[in-house]
Amino acid sequence: MKILTANRLTDGEAVWYAGGAWAETIDSSELAADKAAEERLEAIGAASFAANEVVDVNLIDVEIVDGVIHPLRLRERIRAAGPTNRNDLGKQARPTAA
Amino acid sequence: MYRYDEFDHQFVQARVAQFTDQVERRLAGEITEDQFRPLRLMNGVYLQLHAYMLRIAVPYGTLSSKQLRMLAHIARKYDKGYGHFTTRQNIQFNWPALSDIPAILADLASVEMHAIQTSGNCIRNVTADHFAGAAADEAADPRPYAEILRQWSSVHPEFSYLPRKFKIAVTGAERDRAAIQTHDIGLHLKKNAAGELGFAVYVGGGQGRTPLVAKKIRDFLPEEHLLSYCTAILRVYNLYGRRDNKYKARIKILVHETGVEEFTRQVEAEWAELKDGELTLPDADIKAIDAYFAPPALPARPEGDEAIKLARLDSRSFSEWLDQNVVTHRNPDYAAVTISLKGIGEVPGDASDSQMDAVADLAETYAFDEVRVSHEQNLILPHVARADLKAIYDRLVEIGLATANSDLISDIIACPGLDYCALANARSIIVAQNISKRFASLERQRDIGELKLKISGCINACGHHHVGHIGILGVEKKGAELYQVTLGGSADEHTSVGEIIGRGFGPDEITDAIETVVETYLAIRLDKSEKFLDAYRRVGPAPFKEALYAGEAKAA
Repeated sequence: MKILTANRLTDGEAVWYAGGAWAETIDSSELAADKAAEERLEAIGAASFAANEVVDVNLIDVEIVDGVIHPLRLRERIRAAGPTNRNDLGKQARPTAA
Repeated sequence: MYRYDEFDHQFVQARVAQFTDQVERRLAGEITEDQFRPLRLMNGVYLQLHAYMLRIAVPYGTLSSKQLRMLAHIARKYDKGYGHFTTRQNIQFNWPALSDIPAILADLASVEMHAIQTSGNCIRNVTADHFAGAAADEAADPRPYAEILRQWSSVHPEFSYLPRKFKIAVTGAERDRAAIQTHDIGLHLKKNAAGELGFAVYVGGGQGRTPLVAKKIRDFLPEEHLLSYCTAILRVYNLYGRRDNKYKARIKILVHETGVEEFTRQVEAEWAELKDGELTLPDADIKAIDAYFAPPALPARPEGDEAIKLARLDSRSFSEWLDQNVVTHRNPDYAAVTISLKGIGEVPGDASDSQMDAVADLAETYAFDEVRVSHEQNLILPHVARADLKAIYDRLVEIGLATANSDLISDIIACPGLDYCALANARSIIVAQNISKRFASLERQRDIGELKLKISGCINACGHHHVGHIGILGVEKKGAELYQVTLGGSADEHTSVGEIIGRGFGPDEITDAIETVVETYLAIRLDKSEKFLDAYRRVGPAPFKEALYAGEAKAA
């Protein structure tokens, strides 16, 4: 399974594509379970890149663990949370929506 | 310190204006990322995992209090309250918004700083011995020559699109504290028998995936030929350096593949065309730059010895800090102080905005307004009256920067690794923190003695693992982090590349493995005066391999 991720052009913020827009957290990312869905996400990423909204667009591998999106690579888990040595920085430091 | 002249000011201001316009056009969508990327890299702007990263040059590691305060200001206003001092004597900010970078560069320009040529395939920030101008063992201050190289190499039209990046380091002392043999060009400033200044020239050192120790191609190059000779080296490289393969594009590969003898012949042939031409440095120009680096007038402060004697009796921790972090100055009333950015369990090289401000205040009050950044990721006060050491120590205690671990096992070099870096394969910081905590006892660290531990989170080796007495390289294997250990590396005047000791260790095993290596050393050393590196060079890897892997061989 794959999701689409990138960094926002203006501030470099890591973002994930979630149902029509880029989100600052990974949780609601749109999942691609087959080749056709991956191609659709890729096209969205390419268009957003071309529209100068995001840079460094990538499809990444994820699995669903207990209903939560979990990237396979540590790199992507760190992008989704923030530096592992500083819990006060990155997404992990932000108040979660109630 | 060097002061910008009118030309420097105009040059940096013009670049700020140019890049401001480029950022505006990028944000307006007028230029594409493919067009913008090389432009941002020329101005030190990278894209990392969480955000952009801005790398700011600290030429030859020298900062004034005012400049350090500006870095603190940038950390506070535009970033997240801290900066990361790097192994190339630069500073990186990990969280700036692209839209803020023009304002940051304008702020930097106001204190004669910039981020030009901190990335890209050009000549990067020229680094130098962090004790330059203060060290007792120095032939001359290498920084005037580093400044001359900086001026020559800034937007040099011929050398702005080299096959790959190019790094130069300069030292003025026999004891190499600038790791010159790991650089593309390493320069050792020295005096000949007639008392004239010149350079031993080393070429083709480097780390990364192909670590090679630089080769000395000239034992004494008279100082006036510095630029013509460097130009000759760069020309040979620019002409023959490989552009077909990024991993073989550094000058070290060219020197290695061409052979030192033939490479030297090519350089000398090119130099014969250039020698005594317009690149010859006029004595007056050298003196003019020298004048900027004139040492501060150091008033006699003979009361230092008595003051220190009393303070030692009063405070054991001060006494330990004195022994570990304070080194001899050329003036006996003075000393050079290493401010450790390696507090136990802290991130190597990180300093908060308030710490930067406090160090700037200390430099202003006690150290003639001068601070250095060392390639070992610490800060240095190069000229401090011994009589003031206790006051400085007390203030460092207050701001959490008084750890007495210079050159000990917890004085770890570590790259940002996978916690920040887009190139990394594994984390470095957490490994450094865990090892630091394991060896938290300074008494134990002092018993172990000098031990340089260096960690990189990928093969690019920003954390200098190849030349660590103990080196750790993080790799990704089957989706997990794995840490390879090398032993016997060194980055001093006897530079050597460490040897891989065996299979790697997982994140939960690496601290134990390092402890095993250290315990093995303690068991085999002849006595306390035999340092880790000396013991390793005497006995080789066998006892360390035995200690690390014998158990599993038997189990298998």
